[in-house]
Amino acid sequence: MNPDLVKMIFGRLNLDALPLHEPILVGTFAVVATGGLALFALVTYFRLWGYLWREWFTTVDHKRIGIMYMILGIVMLLRGFADALMMRLQQAIAFNGSDGYLPAHHYDQVFTAHGVIMIFFVAMPLVTGLMNYVVPLQIGARDVSFPFLNNFSFWMTVGGAVLVMMSLFVGEFARTGWLAYPPLSNIGYSPDVGVDYYIWGLQVAGVGTTLSGINLVCTIVKLRAPGMTMMKMPVFTWTSLCTNVLIVASFPVLTAVLALLSLDRYVGTNFFTNDFGGNPMMYVNLIWIWGHPEVYILVLPAFGIFSEVTATFSGKRLFGYTSMVYATVVITILSYLVWLHHFFTMGSGASVNSFFGITTMIISIPTGAKMFNWLFTMYRGRIRFELPMMWTVAFMLTFVIGGMTGVLLAVPPADFVLHNSLFLIAHFHNVIIGGVLFGLFAGINYWFPKAFGFRLDPFWGKLSFWFWVSGFYFAFMPLYVLGLMGVTRRLRVFDDPSLQIWFVIAAFGAFLILLGIGAMLMQFAVSILRREQLKDTTGDPWNARTLEWATSSPPPDYNFAFTPVVYDNDAWWDMKRRGYKRPLTGFRPIHMPSNTGTGIILAGFATVMGFALIWYIWWLAAVSFVALLAVAIGHTFNYHRDFHIPADAVVRAEDARTRVLAAGAQT
Amino acid sequence: MSVATTITTQDSEPVFHVVDEHDHPEGASTMLGFWIYLMSDCLIFAMLFATYGVLGGNYAAGPAPKDLFDLKLVALNTTMLLLSSITYGFAMLTMEKSRIGQTQLWLAITGLFGLAFLGIELTEFAHMIHEGATPQRSAFLSSFFTLVGTHGLHVTFGLVWLVTLMVQTARFGLTTANRRRLMCLSMFWHFLDVVWIGVFTFVYLLGMLR
Repeated sequence: MNPDLVKMIFGRLNLDALPLHEPILVGTFAVVATGGLALFALVTYFRLWGYLWREWFTTVDHKRIGIMYMILGIVMLLRGFADALMMRLQQAIAFNGSDGYLPAHHYDQVFTAHGVIMIFFVAMPLVTGLMNYVVPLQIGARDVSFPFLNNFSFWMTVGGAVLVMMSLFVGEFARTGWLAYPPLSNIGYSPDVGVDYYIWGLQVAGVGTTLSGINLVCTIVKLRAPGMTMMKMPVFTWTSLCTNVLIVASFPVLTAVLALLSLDRYVGTNFFTNDFGGNPMMYVNLIWIWGHPEVYILVLPAFGIFSEVTATFSGKRLFGYTSMVYATVVITILSYLVWLHHFFTMGSGASVNSFFGITTMIISIPTGAKMFNWLFTMYRGRIRFELPMMWTVAFMLTFVIGGMTGVLLAVPPADFVLHNSLFLIAHFHNVIIGGVLFGLFAGINYWFPKAFGFRLDPFWGKLSFWFWVSGFYFAFMPLYVLGLMGVTRRLRVFDDPSLQIWFVIAAFGAFLILLGIGAMLMQFAVSILRREQLKDTTGDPWNARTLEWATSSPPPDYNFAFTPVVYDNDAWWDMKRRGYKRPLTGFRPIHMPSNTGTGIILAGFATVMGFALIWYIWWLAAVSFVALLAVAIGHTFNYHRDFHIPADAVVRAEDARTRVLAAGAQT
Repeated sequence: MSVATTITTQDSEPVFHVVDEHDHPEGASTMLGFWIYLMSDCLIFAMLFATYGVLGGNYAAGPAPKDLFDLKLVALNTTMLLLSSITYGFAMLTMEKSRIGQTQLWLAITGLFGLAFLGIELTEFAHMIHEGATPQRSAFLSSFFTLVGTHGLHVTFGLVWLVTLMVQTARFGLTTANRRRLMCLSMFWHFLDVVWIGVFTFVYLLGMLR
């Protein structure tokens, strides 16, 4: 065939893009493909496609979208963790002249993919998923402000994840590190598709994240139950509000800076080049203006989870609610004033570095205040060491260490020594695993019975807890030591054999975490099998305090048959204390949004467009862009996007709950 | 909130749910949501302005603003956009009075001004590129074309949206939903105007002084 024609049709995509010469990737592909085919066959065999499409893929119910976010996050955790294991293994054996088992070309992709996936496609979906599930219930709403947008946001996040996963088997991923600094990420040094996968994966997912941020801000501002003033909102809702404000105020920055990088790569502009007046440090500044708020986007909801969990499992009102709220707001604002501490070594001078060093240290004050609030909540409480509480205690111990090393790094002269060393790696894993991930696990264990009507199995949960926590310390404490010895990050082979023992210990830690993840998957499986024994009929298994526990588990589509009225910031606790009686009559039809497939279709076109742009398949990019526009406009011609759940359906659902509650009360 | 206090003061037994509930009006959060969206979009422009601020003086021995900008043309262009904002305002006023024909007329005039703006901008771009002042020539030109071009791209999408809404208004009338959509586009359009004032001052006027 005419090579020009082939090039026009396929862009730079050809058979060489398949990594057939890399046995590790071929093996991975075989496993993934077999698993995928098995799943496909099972779904087809049980005729579940229609059900999945109608009830899940097209749903606008915030609860189902929340659950889908969680599933996405957990699936991507497996991928991101596989990358981590590979790195730990490589670094543990690449001594004494050994090259390890990963070629440099592959190793560089692994550490980039690990960072990108863990932040964007594990932590973000898990955080967004929990917020999506819990916030409307906590504020007594029926759904989010823009239910269709919520569905669309989710599928855009999936689209981004699909692009990043695709790079594993079609072409390659970026070899630049997770923030793709130019000039390395520019076309001259990264001419292949890796950085383009990075750019379009993040752009597609970023649209979803921004829109979901707007959605949740509106939801919290507009849809609170009567009586719930701002200072009566549960702390998790407060931290979610701050997180979503941060999302709206920082993700556009990422969008802009990645757009500029793509212009450099695609059009040949000179934003971040070394010549023609470009300035690579501009990229570093801009991306960290997004990047620093991003870490608070992740950790603030975790702080909210710990607040709910501590109060519930200590059987006490949260200590210092007001100071907790102000601390959250102060952290939100300060998170914009510290970005430069990621590159003190840029050479911006003593005054600038001092400013950013001091603002960074100041952040530890509101964070410390939170820590004391949790401690005082526990003080003289009747603490029940259920799984969520265990994760919270592990968090408090671990996060304080991470916080202190953070303050250490905030001292510019110290940072000049520790910049880009494994000390930094240990620090941010210390706060992200010890803060965000432990928080998410606490949240998953805490709210799982709300979402599914049965608890998670405590035995496997505790096993997972101990493997994770001990694994974390084994994996990352050695990195502090190595960092202090001056070992830099992202190294593939080592000359000094005396360092090996620390890397072996770290690899052992990673293996313990592997067991922790395995135990967690077992926990899910065992809990599903034992769901009858673990069943919760009350809707309030933990004797908790906030509104989401006032409804059944799982909640009905409409969440609350009647909108609750709130008098106290522990609304449900207040209702229980004052002898609240569930209404049994007088139900009315409930106004709800209808499902729509537009979100998944739009996100599908966006993903195809991303793929086409990555591979320079210009006609496909144009076609999918036009299709995207056409479907979006077509959707606006549909004016009937809601329906009413008839009153008798509400009566049926509520009567069923009355019977279950009565049966539960007898036993 | 007032609801809570009235309910407790009416009788001693606390009421924990709203008995007499009415549906949330559809689109009650849309205006707030759209405001927040606009602010996020504003942040994208802020980044492009910042980039222009940092890189805008890096001519790389290439042409500078004084060699390229034709203030008369830019003044004409600014007039087009400002007029389009005024005519959009007239469209909203007539919408308030439910005069559908006049609304459509003003919307059409707005669209024409928008088109004129884009036409002049493209002429300016073509002229610059013809003289060798391409986006690739220097960081100044990269950031100039990106900032001004992103604004132009927004105007283009605004025009697509305008046409869509005119079709919908013609087919379904000035319904509540359509009024809300026209309000959103109105905010979008004025927002682009505000951004353009920034571009005009910061890029063109200050550029001539540099």
